[in-house]
Amino acid sequence: MAKIVNREEMAQGTIILNEIEAPRISRKAKPGQFVILQADETGERIPLTMADTNPDKGTITIIYMVVGKSTARFKELKVGDDYFALIGPLGKPTHIENFGKVVCVGGGTGIAVLHPITRALKEAGNEVTTILGSRTHDLLIMEEKMKAASTVLHVCTDDGSYGHHGFVTNVLKDVLEQQDIDLVVAIGPIPMMKFCSLITKEKNVKTFVSLNPIMVDGTGMCGCCRVSVGNETKFACVDGPEFDGHKVDFDELAKRLASYLDEEKVSLDGYEKCKLQ
Amino acid sequence: MADKKVKVPRAKMPEQDPDVRRRNFEEVPLGLTPEMAMTEASRCLQCKHPACVEGCPVSVKIPQFIKLIAENDFSGAAKKLWETNALPAVCGRVCPQEEQCEGKCILGKKGSPVAIGYLERFAADHERKNGSGEAPVVEEKTGKKVAIIGSGPSGLTVAGDLLLKGHDVTIFEAFHKPGGVLVYGIPEFRLPKEIVASEVAALKKMGADIECNVVVGASVTIDELFEEGYDAAYIGVGAGLPRFMNLPGENLIGIYSANEYLTRTNLMKGYLFPEYDTPIARGKNVVVLGAGNVAMDSARTAMRLGAESVKVVYRRSREEMPAREEELHHAEQEKIEFVLLTNPTQFFGNEKGRLTGMECLKMELGEPDASGRRRPIPIDGSEFKLDCDLVVVAVGSNANPLLTKSTPDIVLNRWGNIVGDPVTGKTSKKGVWAGGDIVTGAATVILAMGAGRGAADSIHDYLTLGW
Ligand SMILES: Cc1cc2nc3c(=O)[nH]c(=O)nc-3n(C[C@H](O)[C@H](O)[C@H](O)COP(=O)(O)OP(=O)(O)OC[C@H]3O[C@@H](n4cnc5c(N)ncnc54)[C@H](O)[C@@H]3O)c2cc1C
Ligand SMILES: Cc1cc2nc3c(=O)[nH]c(=O)nc-3n(C[C@H](O)[C@H](O)[C@H](O)COP(=O)(O)OP(=O)(O)OC[C@H]3O[C@@H](n4cnc5c(N)ncnc54)[C@H](O)[C@@H]3O)c2cc1C
Ligand code: SF4
Ligand code: SF4
Ligand code: FES
Repeated sequence: MAKIVNREEMAQGTIILNEIEAPRISRKAKPGQFVILQADETGERIPLTMADTNPDKGTITIIYMVVGKSTARFKELKVGDDYFALIGPLGKPTHIENFGKVVCVGGGTGIAVLHPITRALKEAGNEVTTILGSRTHDLLIMEEKMKAASTVLHVCTDDGSYGHHGFVTNVLKDVLEQQDIDLVVAIGPIPMMKFCSLITKEKNVKTFVSLNPIMVDGTGMCGCCRVSVGNETKFACVDGPEFDGHKVDFDELAKRLASYLDEEKVSLDGYEKCKLQ
Repeated sequence: MADKKVKVPRAKMPEQDPDVRRRNFEEVPLGLTPEMAMTEASRCLQCKHPACVEGCPVSVKIPQFIKLIAENDFSGAAKKLWETNALPAVCGRVCPQEEQCEGKCILGKKGSPVAIGYLERFAADHERKNGSGEAPVVEEKTGKKVAIIGSGPSGLTVAGDLLLKGHDVTIFEAFHKPGGVLVYGIPEFRLPKEIVASEVAALKKMGADIECNVVVGASVTIDELFEEGYDAAYIGVGAGLPRFMNLPGENLIGIYSANEYLTRTNLMKGYLFPEYDTPIARGKNVVVLGAGNVAMDSARTAMRLGAESVKVVYRRSREEMPAREEELHHAEQEKIEFVLLTNPTQFFGNEKGRLTGMECLKMELGEPDASGRRRPIPIDGSEFKLDCDLVVVAVGSNANPLLTKSTPDIVLNRWGNIVGDPVTGKTSKKGVWAGGDIVTGAATVILAMGAGRGAADSIHDYLTLGW
């Protein structure tokens, strides 16, 4: 079970795609939902959003950035290998309807998370303007797929190596100046989602963001994933992961994500040493 | 004759030394030797109308199994236990015997009751280590299939009973390991996980199919299970929704629900980090909020993870603490402090969002409330500060709505627990039973098992006779 049937490296091997056998999950999953994976019994439970599903083949696709020990361990898994555990689909699906004019903003692996949502929004009849950002051109992923899923596509890089020179927020501002937008969906690093939400709040444009707190079970039983939204505590795994960006306490989320910085370093160092030997 | 028996003192359980054990995760009580067990068994008066049995929620044949131990037939004793209790090695360890079987034992009236729990544990452990390990004979296959949702003690009991009656069962478990609270909640030092694994292995031998990593309600619904060909379903998903206190600062780093704290430590084996990847914060000054078994397990875990001080903060007095007396005693031996008549009011943190301390208020006891316990009343102006870098909130849990939201035709009570017939466990939905903590709210292992037994009988009637 949970066999990898297809694997790709993107962004110079910093981002990995796995297509995995999961018939039950692929039949049920909707855009915006996530799964939890474990590489082996001693491993951590890692939440990753489904970037695609193929119910006919009975597979799901995940795209993850290699950032620590667990994702480094995932990177070692080859086609034909199994994940020890794969659980899902978890979380609430994105609310999809014909809102009218929608802007989708994606950064980093957030682009992978954004892809099925963008496609579904367009299929529901929305006019979708997509803005993608990355640090540099080599790290940009899924440009072609996002182009196909959107009405209009803008790309920007922090270093100006491709597309607009600058941040996605600059382009977002321009788009909001020029058009009446009904909804913004922003998914990416926390600062990106925070600043997108600040901009849209000024213009009073409804904004969804997808939050990525640390999780354990993903079913609402532990409270590890709690986030403050409009001064209420929510469990991101069951109440989210998508929330109203105007109400999210991004600073608290960023701090909570740093809960285990020291332990993460011990894990990664130990792992790299082990690989060298 | 009887006179002579009373003179033998109640067996004392050999235990790890408190100063040693407070820093390791190995089991605290070491178990009786065969000689000790036989001597203890000889204390039992073999009452004609045994009061002890009335105290046991599943009516274990207590005098009979004890007699077999006294006669050196330990294997026979284990089999006698299994007639009514599928998990004696577990119950012998975690049942609140002082309120149940032992609480009723006639010998307790004048002296100490027979150590029924110790003996139950002894017989089961002895059989696990020395028995043939043969699976019991199951009846001829009926061709009926039952889906069991949740692999806690109640789900495991239903599975065992139905297998014996010849039905096929599949257990669906959300986590990657079966056992429910027995694996993710109750710590290794109180219930070695090897015991739970061996019980689960026995079920597999009898033919149980266990599908881990399936969250019913998310991965598949109950109606879809019926479409897949299951004839009946049992819901035993426990009470897995942590309660917080909704105090200012509760989302600071270092504040855990007991569920998270214990799951990281037990199921994910955080105490073995970095051999296991899941980290757990090792607090220096730990405060646990609450006073039940869950609070004691959290406090004793914190001590084993290396804390300098562990305080249990509770708003009533020592008498009202709901944890088992044995656990309170063990905790005190392990240098856990009880800060009683005290209630937290807020938490403080630093600029990194990490917990640095908390504020509490002193309480006094007023008139008894609805629960019959004297109600704690805050004393004005008694605020004081406690330094701490880790807090575990262990003030209870509610029903998790994940599954029940996906089955709107199952009637719930106003707390979100499933309404099930108290004897049979039948719910309002045809072909669906429920039992254990999801019906009663957080209770005990043996009650969850008792509910499972009742439901298994009722499911069997349904499969052979109809709804
Ligand atoms: C619902 C949900 C969906 C997600 N979807 C995706 C996805 O589709 N693709 C993807 O690449 N990542 C996704 N993430 C983030 C992913 O789970 C983390 O990157 C992963 O847990 C890191 O594990 P690690 O052991 O490799 O790194 P760690 O050693 O745990 O962490 C390394 C670094 O990553 C940071 N970090 C730790 N946990 C998280 C987290 N949950 N989110 C962001 N940063 C974190 C740490 O602060 C640290 O700097 C998602 C998270 C959630 C909660
Ligand atoms: C820390 C702690 C200490 C305790 N100490 C004692 C003690 O000393 N003595 C005592 O008698 N009792 C004790 N209890 C209480 C006792 O453990 C419970 O009453 C008992 O485990 C309840 O059994 P259950 O089968 O109803 O549910 P649980 O044991 O809670 O098992 C439920 C199972 O269902 C799974 N599940 C949940 N939702 C889903 C879903 N949607 N799909 C699939 N699977 C799902 C869960 O992952 C879990 O494995 C303690 C409880 C805790 C938390
Ligand atoms: S199951 Fe529990 S209550 Fe019953 S006899 Fe055994 S220890 Fe006592
Ligand atoms: S009540 Fe006590 S003495 Fe009597 S049968 Fe039960 S255990 Fe033995
Ligand atoms: S991850 Fe445990 S409640 Fe959300």
